[in-house]
Amino acid sequence: MQWFEYARPGTVDEAVRLLSEHGEKACVLAGGTDILVQLRGGFRAAEWVIDVKEIPALDEIAWDEASGLTIGAAVPCYRIYEDEDVKKLYPGLIDVASLIGGTQIQGRASLGGNLCNAAPSADAVPIMIALEASCRIAGTNGERTVAVEDFCTAPGKNVLAAGELLVSLHFPAPKANSGAHYLRFIPRNEMDIAVAGAGVSVVLDNGNFTSARVALASVAPTSLFVKQAGDALAGQPVSDESIQRAADIAKQAAKPIDDMRGTVRYRKHLCEVLTRRALHVAVERARRNN
Amino acid sequence: MPRRVHVQTTINGEEIDFLCEARQSLLEVLRDVLGLTGTKEGCNDGNCGACTVIFDGRIVTACLVLAVEAEGKQITTVEGIAVGRELHSIQQCFLEGAALQCGICTPGFIVAAKALLDQDNNPSEDKIRLWLANNLCRCTGYDKIVRSVQAAAERMQEVR
Repeated sequence: MQWFEYARPGTVDEAVRLLSEHGEKACVLAGGTDILVQLRGGFRAAEWVIDVKEIPALDEIAWDEASGLTIGAAVPCYRIYEDEDVKKLYPGLIDVASLIGGTQIQGRASLGGNLCNAAPSADAVPIMIALEASCRIAGTNGERTVAVEDFCTAPGKNVLAAGELLVSLHFPAPKANSGAHYLRFIPRNEMDIAVAGAGVSVVLDNGNFTSARVALASVAPTSLFVKQAGDALAGQPVSDESIQRAADIAKQAAKPIDDMRGTVRYRKHLCEVLTRRALHVAVERARRNN
Repeated sequence: MPRRVHVQTTINGEEIDFLCEARQSLLEVLRDVLGLTGTKEGCNDGNCGACTVIFDGRIVTACLVLAVEAEGKQITTVEGIAVGRELHSIQQCFLEGAALQCGICTPGFIVAAKALLDQDNNPSEDKIRLWLANNLCRCTGYDKIVRSVQAAAERMQEVR
C-alpha cells in the first residue's frame, strides 16, 4: 500500500484539527472496507489516515423518545443489527445493516462510511433517506446538519469540505403506524453490488397513507430520492392500485446506465418491482405497529 | 525512512508487540512480521475471506484492517484454533468430511466457522451458508464445507 501516516484522535475537535491541517492529503478511516481498498488500489491518495473509531460520538448508538435515534458515523453494521432499540423501532435499518457485504464486512463497515463513500449503489443510503435521516457534520467553524438526500453530490463525492467530519446520523422517532423496508436485487444473495435497490417508508392512518418516502439505489449518479412517488401516496387509500402508481413513478424517475450489472431497461423495470414490493412490506410493518 | 509504529496486542492469547508501518495491513504483519502464515492472502481486497481472523470477538478480513488498529485488541488466527496438539472439532470434521482440496481458503473457513459456533451451537444450514458467504472456495462447491460445519456443531454438543 502507498505510504501514509496514521492518527487516532480521541475527540471530534482533535479529528477536525487534523483534517483541516492536512486538508486534501487526509482521509478518514472508519471500518476501512472501502477506503483501504481504494488506497491500496491507488484510486485514492492520502498522506494521513485519520482513524475515527475511538471518538465516542462516532462510536455510539443512542435512542430516546424525544430526539430519536443517533448512530455514530463509525458504528459497524453488526452493532446496529444487534441493538435492541433498533431491532424494535427501525427494522428498515436492520434490513440494510445485515445485507451489506458479508459477515466479515459487517464486522467493520459503517452506515457513515457507506454514506461518505457516496457510491451510487450504496445500500444504506436509500433507507436513510426514506427514514428522513440527517447528518451531523463538525468542522472548524462549528457544526451543521445536512439531510441525507443532500449529502452525496456525485459518485464518490459528498458535501464535506476539507476539515469537515461526519459525526453521526440522526433518525427521528418513528411515527405511529409507520413502517419501512429496503429491498435490493443482486444476482447472488450476498457480497455483491446492487443492480437496483429501493428504500421506502410509509405512515398510515385508518387504511390511508398519511405520507410516504421512496429512494432508489444504483439508478442515478447518487442515491435517488423520488419525492413525487411518496407524495403520490399521501392521502390515498392503501391499495394495490395506489402502490402500483407510486412504483410506476419510481420507474419513470430512475435514470440508470447500462453496465455489466444490468441494462437501462432492466434496471428501470427493477425499480418498479422493488418499489412495489418494498411498499407492501412497509405497509405490513406499519400495520403490525398498531 | 518511514516512521514505524509500536503496537501492543494479544494474538491467540499471547501478548505480543511489533513494529510496523502505518500502511501495513494486519494480514501483512501476521504473515511477514510475525510468521503466522496460516492466515492466507487471496484477493487482498476483502472479497474472498481467506484472511479471516477474529478481531475483538468479530470476524474480519485481515487485509482490510491496518496493523496499527490491532493496538489493545484480542486477535485469534487459525493457529489459535487447535488446543495444543489436539485439533478443534471443526478442523477434525473438515478433514473427515473432505471439506478442502487446495486448502488456501480453509483457514478462513475454519476461523469463520469457529466464530459462528461460538455464538450459535446449532445453526441452520441457511445460517451457515449466509455466515460463510464472505468466504470463497473454488474447489469444493461448498456442500462439504457446510456439512462439516454441521458435523462439528453436533460433535461440539456431544462433548458438552
